[in-house]
Amino acid sequence: MSSVSADHGPRHHPALAHHFEDLEQQKEASSFGMWVFLVTEIMFFGGLFCAYLIYRRANFAAFAEASATLDITLGAFNTAVLIGSSLTMALAVWSAQMSRRKLVVLFLLATFVLGGVFLGVKVVEYGHKFHEHHVPGRHFEWNDEATEAGAEMFVSLYFAMTGLHASHMVVGMALILFLLVPAWRGRYGRDYYNPIECFGLYWHFVDIVWIFLFPLLYLIGRHGVPGAH
Amino acid sequence: MTTSAATALPEPNYLSAGWTLRSWLLTKDHKRIAILYMVSVTLFFVLGGLFAFLARLELLTPAGDMVTADVYNRLFTMHGVIMVFFFLIPSVPAVLGNFLVPLMIGAKDLAFPRINLLSWYLFMIGGTITVVAILFGGVDTGWTFYTPYSTVYSNSHVVLTVIGVFINGFSSILTGLNFIVTIHRMRAPGLTWFRLPLFIWAHYATSLIMILGTPVVAITLLLVAVERLLHLGIFDPALGGDPVLFQHLFWFYSHPAVYIMILPSMGVISELIAAFARKKVFGYHFVAFASIAIAIIGFLVWGHHMFVSGQSIYAGLVFSVLSMLVAIPSAVKVFNWTATLHQGSISRETPMLYALGFIGLFTIGGLTGVMLATAGIDVHVHDTYFVVAHFHYIMVGGAIMGYLGGLHYWWPKITGRLYPRFWSKISALLVFVGFNLTFFPQFILGYLGMPRRYWSYPEEFQVLNVLSTAGATILGVGYVFPLVYLLYSLKRGAAAGDNPWGAAGLEWQTTSPPPTFNFEEEPVVTGGPYDFSNVKEALFDE
Amino acid sequence: MTDHVVSRKIYLLVFLALMVGTAITVWVAFFDLGAANDAIMLTIAVVKATLVVLFFMHVRYSGRLIALTVGSGILFLLILLALALSDYVTRGWVALGR
Repeated sequence: MSSVSADHGPRHHPALAHHFEDLEQQKEASSFGMWVFLVTEIMFFGGLFCAYLIYRRANFAAFAEASATLDITLGAFNTAVLIGSSLTMALAVWSAQMSRRKLVVLFLLATFVLGGVFLGVKVVEYGHKFHEHHVPGRHFEWNDEATEAGAEMFVSLYFAMTGLHASHMVVGMALILFLLVPAWRGRYGRDYYNPIECFGLYWHFVDIVWIFLFPLLYLIGRHGVPGAH
Repeated sequence: MTTSAATALPEPNYLSAGWTLRSWLLTKDHKRIAILYMVSVTLFFVLGGLFAFLARLELLTPAGDMVTADVYNRLFTMHGVIMVFFFLIPSVPAVLGNFLVPLMIGAKDLAFPRINLLSWYLFMIGGTITVVAILFGGVDTGWTFYTPYSTVYSNSHVVLTVIGVFINGFSSILTGLNFIVTIHRMRAPGLTWFRLPLFIWAHYATSLIMILGTPVVAITLLLVAVERLLHLGIFDPALGGDPVLFQHLFWFYSHPAVYIMILPSMGVISELIAAFARKKVFGYHFVAFASIAIAIIGFLVWGHHMFVSGQSIYAGLVFSVLSMLVAIPSAVKVFNWTATLHQGSISRETPMLYALGFIGLFTIGGLTGVMLATAGIDVHVHDTYFVVAHFHYIMVGGAIMGYLGGLHYWWPKITGRLYPRFWSKISALLVFVGFNLTFFPQFILGYLGMPRRYWSYPEEFQVLNVLSTAGATILGVGYVFPLVYLLYSLKRGAAAGDNPWGAAGLEWQTTSPPPTFNFEEEPVVTGGPYDFSNVKEALFDE
Repeated sequence: MTDHVVSRKIYLLVFLALMVGTAITVWVAFFDLGAANDAIMLTIAVVKATLVVLFFMHVRYSGRLIALTVGSGILFLLILLALALSDYVTRGWVALGR
């Protein structure tokens, strides 16, 4: 650090970074920064949604048939779990704003657990897919020749989109672990809770992606499709 | 000529704040990060230039006699990949933008200094992976990675290269994110939006593109890698995939990417014209809004790269019209810069030479762009040297001239040193002459039908090709000179003082080089930019 | 800090709305309503996402800048989808010369 030091006021908050005027500016900057990052995430997933829409349009019957092989109960359950985790995350932010240290930890842990449940279910679902040879690439097997190419396309997109989503959840859960220790030590409170707020934004975004993935992947033409359950 | 023989630089400054490798590699100072970028983009530029030179050597003769066709494919591909992703996209924003954005708005640093450093590391990691791919033999798909050649048939290191570019994309995204938040949230008191220098407006617009566009090419390249590794069929027609979909996703970013490459240089030109005509930029609001307009409309035109791809004629029509529209804000800028020169107090310093060169060459590049946007013409010149010439006029005659002009303008501020002005003017001349000799013949070649990316050609095209290669040699020399005299100036250049050019702008109100936290006291802004009424005269009498 | 604190009651209400929306979405999927199936499911998804954005992500209580940021993200996604789809949808609309 240079010998030219910034002038700190007498009550310099330990979390205030040198290049910011005050905590307010720092908070505004970090929230805004997280939102800008989420915009990049919208476009990142957006590319896959674009591919999905184009191929669904071209292969609707095959997509419907392939979609019917997904387990709607597990999908709906996971949707509920993720929405629940968004609730617990929002409550974690609330707890931080209220300086309720133990509640912050509690709700962060709840979010982590629910995230874990979601991923556990996904592992089960992926297991089913591998077992049925509904995996893209060399090992793909499908019993209807007419819809085989379209079904493989659906399966490719299914794994790409849910895989990208799941990897975001894994990163999110790792980040929760990083937040737990300072949370336990009471670092987050009314005056400073940026990391909780920013992480909350990320977590809710991941939830929103799933809110769209679920109907698009699991519920295509469920009515009257043989084998739908 | 300055009479000051003093070579002592003001202390303390950000350069003398630490001499260890650690103080550089773990710095959070945006100015040091800018220097890290400066060194690395220069290295990539040399590498990319080397590939171009080898390709041009092959093209001296009509026959493919220097390298095999396969090697030639790798040469132009690596030239493109390195120049686009590792030089043009980062150069002005990551070097000049990083250095100047906080200074110009009166801030101590960017909003997220550690993310800024992370940006550089991602750039270096991506670049290193790409260089490793080159060492293993490189890629032969063209920098555009069209499928299914890149995903199925190419026998080159597609996955490795694509991973390098992918990682580099996040470097770009983080830089854009940092600039947007900084410009919104960290302006000095009194610095309202319409008092900002146009350099800031240009970098803000560029950052919007980085944020909105880069993620799409990121996911697309990821899909290319996954497809190649796992034999998926997303872009492979044999498996029901659509290669045109790849092109849509690729160009959704890569067209706006060209505006990432040119907008920052345009921002530089605004500063140079104002400083060396000693006059505020004509139609400031129009130029500011033009930057934003270019960024937004730039997202609506990507299909003009796909007129002959099998894309629907109707969509082609829409993209063609929109592409004409995007030329308008660029033209507005050119007119306004010209109007700024009118009755200005013109100085012939080196940065101004680059700025004037930019205006002329960018205009040619831009007009030929409108020609290409005309679908009927494009059908005939698509994939010919006409296109190659068009984009080099913009990228080299435009973007690189802007970078060099900016480097020469802000070098005294960055290093505290003055460089030998005579040699800098010679270089500018060599660059201008060399550039035109290299690329103007290519317009003619393309119009006459010579395809791009070919390593052999009919006899009748040889003269023009020889001229082009000769020009490339001169251009190369013109690029080497600054490397020499700028480095020389670090040791032997006279101390520049706070404001050697007599320019307006917050960056000139602090020392050269600036202290680590930029300003002794936080500036308070009370007026608009380019106000020369209270600024002292330049050191030089040109 | 004078940040707006969203009440737990609102969070709970939003949560319930999201669950109801999910239930309806699944229920509707089993009926053949033609094109309306997709329309309904997407509408519900958009409503759910809006609730999450406004309340869980506090956009309802943040300034214009944040709203503009979210809006531009959505806008450019729609540009990507619309313009890319416009190619596929309009192929064959204009007959080329014989």
